[in-house]
Formats: sequence, C-alpha cells, structure tokens
Amino acid sequence: MNNSSHTAATVYVPRDSAARSVGADEVAGALQRAATRGDFAIDVVRNGSRGMLWLEPMVEVVTPQGRVGYGPVTAEDVDGLLAAGLLDGADHPLRLGLVDELPWLARQTRVTFARVGVTDPLSTRDYVEHGGLAGLRAALDMTPADVVAEVTESGLRGRGGAGFPAGIKWNTVLGCADELKFVCCNADEGDSGTFADRMVMEGDPFLLIEGMTIASHAVGASEGYLYIRSEYPDAIATMREAIEIAREHGWLGKGILGSALDFDLHVRVGAGAYICGEETSMLESLEGKRGTVRAKPPIPAIEGLFGKPTVVNNVLTLTTVPVVLAKGAKAYQDLGVGRSRGTQVFQLGGNIARGGIVETAFGITLRELVEDYGGGTRTGRPLRTAQVGGPLGAYLPTSMFDLPMDYEAFAEAGAMLGHGGIVVFDDSVDMAAQARFAMEFCAEESCGKCTPCRVGSVRGVEVIDKIVAGTHRDENLALLEDLCDLMTDGSLCAMGGLTPMPVRSALTHFPDDFLGGRRLLDIQPVQASRPIQPVQVSQPVQASGVRTEGTA
Amino acid sequence: MTISGSDMSVESVVRRVVADHRDQRGALLPVLHAVQAELGHVPQEAIPVLADELNLSRADVHGVVTFYHDFRREPAGRTTVRICRAEACQALGADRLVSYARESGLTLGETSADGSVTVEQVFCLGNCALGPAVEANGRLYGRVGPARLGSLLNGTPNETLDGTVSA
Ligand SMILES: Cc1cc2nc3c(=O)[nH]c(=O)nc-3n(C[C@H](O)[C@H](O)[C@H](O)COP(=O)(O)O)c2cc1C
Ligand code: SF4
Ligand code: FES
Repeated sequence: MNNSSHTAATVYVPRDSAARSVGADEVAGALQRAATRGDFAIDVVRNGSRGMLWLEPMVEVVTPQGRVGYGPVTAEDVDGLLAAGLLDGADHPLRLGLVDELPWLARQTRVTFARVGVTDPLSTRDYVEHGGLAGLRAALDMTPADVVAEVTESGLRGRGGAGFPAGIKWNTVLGCADELKFVCCNADEGDSGTFADRMVMEGDPFLLIEGMTIASHAVGASEGYLYIRSEYPDAIATMREAIEIAREHGWLGKGILGSALDFDLHVRVGAGAYICGEETSMLESLEGKRGTVRAKPPIPAIEGLFGKPTVVNNVLTLTTVPVVLAKGAKAYQDLGVGRSRGTQVFQLGGNIARGGIVETAFGITLRELVEDYGGGTRTGRPLRTAQVGGPLGAYLPTSMFDLPMDYEAFAEAGAMLGHGGIVVFDDSVDMAAQARFAMEFCAEESCGKCTPCRVGSVRGVEVIDKIVAGTHRDENLALLEDLCDLMTDGSLCAMGGLTPMPVRSALTHFPDDFLGGRRLLDIQPVQASRPIQPVQVSQPVQASGVRTEGTA
Repeated sequence: MTISGSDMSVESVVRRVVADHRDQRGALLPVLHAVQAELGHVPQEAIPVLADELNLSRADVHGVVTFYHDFRREPAGRTTVRICRAEACQALGADRLVSYARESGLTLGETSADGSVTVEQVFCLGNCALGPAVEANGRLYGRVGPARLGSLLNGTPNETLDGTVSA
C-alpha cells in the first residue's frame, strides 16, 4: 500500500523567497504536474521555510511518523523522488529524515519562529491550531497597564539593534493623553546579513498582526503602519494578503475578537534607502518626506508619527510579544543571560556551509553558531572573520569567537549584536577592502544631515585608499583615526556614529591587510587595541564607550 | 517629440493616482510608487502636478523623488537586474558578478544602449544565506554565478538551475 493509492499525501514546499530563489516554485510546479497527470494524489501546501536555507528547496511529506524532509530538491529530481516513494517518506539520497528531529533544528529554542515553516502562512485555521491568537486573547482580558507590565517584566528588548526595553517604551506611549496614537513596525531590515524579519513576515504574517494589535491595546493606539522595504516584494504581498484576511475574520478593524478594541493596520513600502531603518527617518518617510533623521528629543514615543505618540518596534520585537503574553513573562525571562533575556533569532549568512535561522537563548557563543550550526565556510577554506550586527557592526577575528551572544558582552568587546545577523568570511577576504566598503556604504546611504557622516565617509574612502597604496601611511592612519573619532562623536545617528566600528575592528584585528602584507610593528592600531578579556556572563553590566543608538 | 501629448497623459495618470490615495496619510511615497508602476519612471512633468495635487512645493516633491534610490527619473531597460553588493554576498564573490557585468559592457546604474537591460547595485536582498543574490525583473535568485547572471542579463531567466529550460 502506498499513499498514492488512497487519500492525497500532503507535501510541503516553501513559499519563502529564499527557497524560491533557488527553485522552490519549479519544484512545487513539478509536483503539481505529477498530481494533475493523475500519477499521484498530492496536496501541495506552500509553507514558510524552516530556516535550514542550505537545504532549500526542502520538501516535506506528511507520514504517520511525522514530517519527512528531502533536500535540496530540484524540479528535475521530482519524478525520481516520487517513483522512489517520496509520498511514503521512503529512502532516497536526498532524504533528510524526520524534520523535527534534525539536530540543527531540534537543538534550537523556537519561540518567535515556532510556527515558521510548520504552517501554511495564510491559513487562519493553521494559525489558531498552532497557538495563534492566544497572546491577543490574554492581552484583551488585561488592562493596558497590565499588558505593559507583563512585557516589561519579560525583559524583552528591542530586536532592531539598540536593545531598548520594549515595555519601557510602551509605558511612555501609554502615559500620553493624546486621542490619536500610532504603532509603527519597522520592517526596513536593511542590514546585510539579516533576513529574520523577512522570513517571519513571509512565514507567519498573522503573528506580526497579532503583536501589533497587542501593542495597540497596550498603549491605546488605533492605527498601525508596517513599513516594509521595497526589496522584499514577497513579504509585502504576504502581509497585505494576511491583513485582508485578518480584517475579514475580525482580527483587525472594529471590536477585535468581540472586544472594545478598534485597530487597523496599513502596509507602507520603502523606496530603497538604508537610513529609513533608523526610526525617526522611517517616520519622516511614512509622512511622505525625505528620510532625514530627526534630532532626539523629542522621542517618537512622545512625538512620533505626525507628531503623535508612537510606538516604533522592530518586527522581531513585535512578533515576540504574543508569545510573552500567551506563555507569561516568566517563561520568557527564564531564557537568556544577564540583561539579555529570552531568545534571539540569529541569522547565519555569507560564506557559510549551513546558513539560515538559529533561534536560541542569548548566551550561545559565536563559535557555536558559526562552527557547530554553520559548519564553517561554504568554500571549505579557513574561517577568517565574521561581521556581526550588520554593516555598522564589528569584524571579529576567530580568536574572539568565544564571545557569548549577549548585548553587554558584545558592547564590552567593542562590537554589537544588532539585529543578530552574522556574516562569515574565509581567509580570502581583504579586510582593507571591507573597511573601505563600510565607508563607501555610509557615503552612499547617509541622509546628509550632518557633515561628519556625509563628508567624513567620503574622506574615509580616500584615506583608506591612500593607506593601502602606501602614500604617507603613518599620517593617513592618524588621519583615519581622527576621522573615526569625529564621526563617532559628531554624528546625529548611528549611521555616521557606528560606521567607524567595522573600520576600526578591521584595522585593529587585521592590520596587515592595510599594509600591503607588511607587518609594521611600529604602527599603533587605530583603536588602542584593548586586550579582549573573555567576558564573564555574570560580569556586571557596564556602560561602554561604544555608542548604541536610540533611547526610546 | 510629442511633449504636450505625453504631458497630458502623465498629468492624467498622476491626478488619477493621487485621487486613488486621497484618504491616506502622508501619501507621497505610495503615490510615487504607483506613478512609477504605471509609467515605468517618475518623469519630470509629474513633479509640478504632484506639487499641485498634494499642496507641496515643487522643491519638496523633487527632494523626495531624488532622495530615494527606487524612484527613476528615466525609464529602465526591458530587463532590470540588480546585483547585491552587500557584505554577505561579497563574502561569496559578488564582486565577480559586478566584473562580469562590466565585461559584458554594462555599467552599474545605467541602461544598455539598445534599451534591453538596466543593471544596478543593491545592498541586501534578504537572501544572505544563499548568496550571491541577484534580482531580475522583481524576482529573486540565489547562488548566482556568472553563467546564471549572463542568462538573466540576456532576459532569458527561465533557464532552470541546471541550465535546462523549464515550462
Ligand atoms: C542607520 C540605522 C538603521 C537602522 N535600521 C533598522 C532596521 O532596518 N530595522 C529596525 O528594526 N531597526 C533599525 N534601526 C533601529 C531603529 O532606529 C530603532 O531603534 C528600532 O526600530 C526600534 O525598535 P526596537 O526597539 O523594537 O528594536 C536602525 C538604526 C539606525 C541608526
Ligand atoms: S549620522 Fe549620517 S545618517 Fe545619521 S543623521 Fe547624520 S548624516 Fe544622517
Ligand atoms: S547581503 Fe546580499 S542578499 Fe543580503
């Protein structure tokens, strides 16, 4: 007996854009054609991605034992797979085993990403059957102040980079008396190496709607905006569709789930400006203006969108809120280390053998992520460095890979966790070129409001070129140091303020690359290279000299 | 040149698009996206109309159009290819793709003389675990090598990953 002879077998093929980028639609099409021909009874369901991106397109078939995975599958593999007994979970060189038991996945603590890849993202039935709406229902039974208290107690910090406690920000907005308040979700995800926001929007869009709705109840907001970068067409389409469906089901609109809450949500599309991820620039953009950064204060929580009190949170912050409400602050707070509570959705990218999403409690080391999960480089060459936290994050040498992933430990080491993106490079990387790129990127993407950022970055590119060319090297190294100081101290936001971080980390840890291969011992590294102490997890939290942006 | 003719159509498109967005707060960006979706770019003639409709100065509208990378002042080629040049793709040789495009006689940010293809750089397409990433006519591609880029630039994207042509 096989599946094909009776009821249709359920086969999952991801609709995630990363999976589609390597042929998932073609695989789904080939399965569909086999079904249409009548050879096999197949019900193709398009799920999100499980986040094991190196295995995409990964096909899963439902069997009595559980979901069995195959990957990476090409359209040309499909007929052979079907003939071999795919629909019964039969053996095949591409067979991976029971997906939930794959060590890469089984070791993770999927909290925010619990449903991503498991369900059909636009099925309200799947959503509710897998625990959806429990957080919102719990929140609607509570007063706004109690919801804010719960979020504060969970220790949830903003996942967009600055790590500001979500509950404290919400409390500020709740405390404002204005009639009109807004909840804005920052889905600009411009940092290279980050894709978790995209994956959760494509893979579990109702979760974000639920999180924003809880936020609206907590702070007394009636209107929400979801600002998604234009580079994410699939996320935009999925969110728009999900919002329509949510409205039809009374999950958005007037009297949500039979309560007194009125809240509606609108998608706005960015227009290709990295700086619009900075929250005040995003607000300007939402108002229909150039995305220039506003000076703070006033903070957006008090004077935000159109001058009204506004919650601005990252996608991952807002998608974690429903879990906090459903499971309680305590359960979330029990995960993590120090002041970094809960889980972080780490994203492994770049030159890495097994790239994808690793959601796990804070405190895991960079080495565990890059080597154990990631399996080292994709090219098989030796690892040289990882840039953590996006284009404004530090390049860390492998000698620092034992750092625990924790906001404070990273700040202490002159680095930052940011949005949790980790970009891996092998030994062929030229760190002077990476430093130059950091300056070039800043020059390209600066909003132009302050001189140290707008002009300093252009000068930075020139100075690095001179250093590499060996022109007045010592003078130019000193000049680069001054320039970095000026940008750090004199920039209005972290675009100019943190661009020196990748530059200095490259210079500090990889000075040879700037010296045409010569080791010039007499040259002072630009940043007095603080010996990096192994950071104790229990070490008291200390303000570091490193500037992280955003105060509320 | 049929300037008055094209002015007329630009003007009517812009006025209609603005009307469609009347109830939106701070509607300029959605309006510009919609204008570009219809006309392929945001022509100069659209700016005074937008200023008039939205009660803004021409300078304001011009400032917004030029601030954002997405808004084109000129029509693009029949195919638009965007090569990711951000760090994760750099780590897997994005520069080789850029060189390949250059060697094919194309310049980043420009349209080929025959109007067939526009090549641009982009900083991250959210496909950083499957780089180098390239987007062609709105569709995302991962693990793109020079051969694949070549077929995208030629406007023959339907070759499947092993080079055969899919249905
Ligand atoms: C240059 C720059 C770019 C930023 N890009 C993003 C982004 O893409 N997504 C994001 O959520 N936050 C980004 N931020 C952080 C936001 O300003 C803000 O802190 C965040 O949206 C607040 O939400 P959270 O507290 O939930 O993290 C960026 C900040 C700067 C300075
Ligand atoms: S630091 Fe740069 S991006 Fe930030 S406000 Fe100043 S000019 Fe704009
Ligand atoms: S860096 Fe190229 S897709 Fe993210």
